[in-house]
Amino acid sequence: MGAVLKAVNVNKYFTKPTRFHVLKDINFEISKGEFTSIMGKSGCGKSTLLYVLSTMDTDYEGSLFLNNELVTGKERHELSFIRNRDIGFVFQFHYLLSEFSVLENVMLPAKKLAAKSLQEIEFDAIQKLKILEIDHLAKKRASRISGGEKQRVAIARALINNPAIIMGDEPTGNLDSYNAQNVFNIFRQLSDEQGLSLLVVTHDRDFANKTDRIITMTDGQILS
Amino acid sequence: MINWKVILGIARTHLLTKIKQTSIAALGVTFGIGAYITLVCFMTGLNKMLDDLILNQTPHVHIYNEIEPSNKQPIALYKEFENALNVVHSVKPRQTQKRIHNALALLEHLNEDTKVKGAIPQIKAQVFYLAGTIELGGTITGIQAMEEARLFNFKDYIVQGSVQDLESNFNGILLGSGIADKMSMTIGDRIQISNSSGEVFPLKIVGIFQSGIAELDNVQSFVNLKTSQRVLGEAENYITDINLKLHDIGYAPELAQQIEQQFGLKAIDINTANAQFETGTTIRNLITYAVSITLLIVAGFGIYNILNMLIYEKMNDIAILKATGFSGKDVQLIFMSQALIIGFIGGILGLVLGYLLSMTIDQIPFDTEALPTINTYPVNHNPMFYVIGISFAMVSTFLAGYLPSRKAKRIDPVRIIRGQ
Repeated sequence: MGAVLKAVNVNKYFTKPTRFHVLKDINFEISKGEFTSIMGKSGCGKSTLLYVLSTMDTDYEGSLFLNNELVTGKERHELSFIRNRDIGFVFQFHYLLSEFSVLENVMLPAKKLAAKSLQEIEFDAIQKLKILEIDHLAKKRASRISGGEKQRVAIARALINNPAIIMGDEPTGNLDSYNAQNVFNIFRQLSDEQGLSLLVVTHDRDFANKTDRIITMTDGQILS
Repeated sequence: MINWKVILGIARTHLLTKIKQTSIAALGVTFGIGAYITLVCFMTGLNKMLDDLILNQTPHVHIYNEIEPSNKQPIALYKEFENALNVVHSVKPRQTQKRIHNALALLEHLNEDTKVKGAIPQIKAQVFYLAGTIELGGTITGIQAMEEARLFNFKDYIVQGSVQDLESNFNGILLGSGIADKMSMTIGDRIQISNSSGEVFPLKIVGIFQSGIAELDNVQSFVNLKTSQRVLGEAENYITDINLKLHDIGYAPELAQQIEQQFGLKAIDINTANAQFETGTTIRNLITYAVSITLLIVAGFGIYNILNMLIYEKMNDIAILKATGFSGKDVQLIFMSQALIIGFIGGILGLVLGYLLSMTIDQIPFDTEALPTINTYPVNHNPMFYVIGISFAMVSTFLAGYLPSRKAKRIDPVRIIRGQ
């Protein structure tokens, strides 16, 4: 299996308030279909690493490959396009557009990609909602649903363009144990059944233990 | 690859869910543009009225014979004193006639000029108005009434009677309103006037004339050209003044100079005669523009403020959009289109508001001594103002939206997402 995501000698410095070496020589790769979690103490740089990998943060040294394609040094609008097509995000605080309906939230990245017709996109979106068992919420405003439901909508949105990899920044960090378990099961299922690659930053040891692989970070370095 | 449908869809949702803010922003534009339209229509209407007051009744070029001393004194013709310093004391005006020499031929010549809209003769004469034993000094002007009406809006100043009545009655007189009041006379009455040699002529009052300038209305009356010639005991070619109306007022100074040189007459153009009036017009226009631009700028700042606030509120949305693959440019376009939609809707409503307000002003009674024919406030409904209004609404909202949207474009999604 080929590497979906590969980081080579990634270094990053914070310059404010003082110069600080936050990521030190990061080298690793994620294979296709692998469910990986990143663990580490607060401030060890795991989230920073995730945002570098997400292509949103471009201020780093080293090189990054997505589907064996070098993404380092690309123009911002090209990176936007790559994010749109190949990467799905799930954040700790659900981050839905609160004024839009659940369905619109899910459809938005696909509309932006514009690879399919509106009918197809809507069909896809409802399919994704069905997979996550929240299709009955489709017409509700995103601000009117519960936290656990929001997180599932966010996952549906991350899935809409059938990305190469899904990244999560503590996706269960803000959820109760029941919903956290639920979200984990969804990830697990996607990984097992659809061969989706997942990279999740987490504090939750139980969560991490159930993934395929754990990357442990300390002080900006990968230990294992 | 800008997907307008998606961008406009997001912009629409933002605007509709924040309908209160949107309406306030749009209302800011509406009031700005509405006030601009109202103000500019009203002020230019007033300006035009004031301009017309002067321009319509003032000839562009006025030709007459001036009583003045000769430029060349006889001594200048002597060869012997050619290089000497000649001093002539106590110079007197030259003996000359008031009539314009060969006036009919000159009139014909001027009327042939394509740049001249019309040249019409006038005869000015000093007379006394007689009522019993009372003698009132005054002037009568002999005119071609219909031509005066055509070229100089003479009709606007006749408060009773009509131009036709004067034209068709060689014993008729159009009496100044001041004289009519003083002598308690009205239309249909008979008045006697006497010329400087004391001959008395009975004339019938066919109308009342009111220019709005009291001093003029107290002395001035109008009669037919022929009547005035009869009163003065002069022949039919006796003409004292020629008034010219041109197609292009800018040509007046040049023509006036030309006539002075060619015919040896005095020719005064309107710019020389009314220099201070020009200044007044310029300043009034300046004030109009200054006030309108201020109004539009205030409206622009309103939009700027509201969009700025909107963007602060939408930080999360911007971060999500960027994280899910919308480029900075897409985000900028979302906010720009919001600004422009606000500008367009507000602008159109502003035009409607301005139209309604200026129509209302147009209906308000406005009675003034000076302008007998004007009954309501003057409003200039120039479609150009509406074009300028909507263009400015669009331009100012574009600028007001540009800065905040550029900020939105530059927002770093990582900072927002990690900041929480």
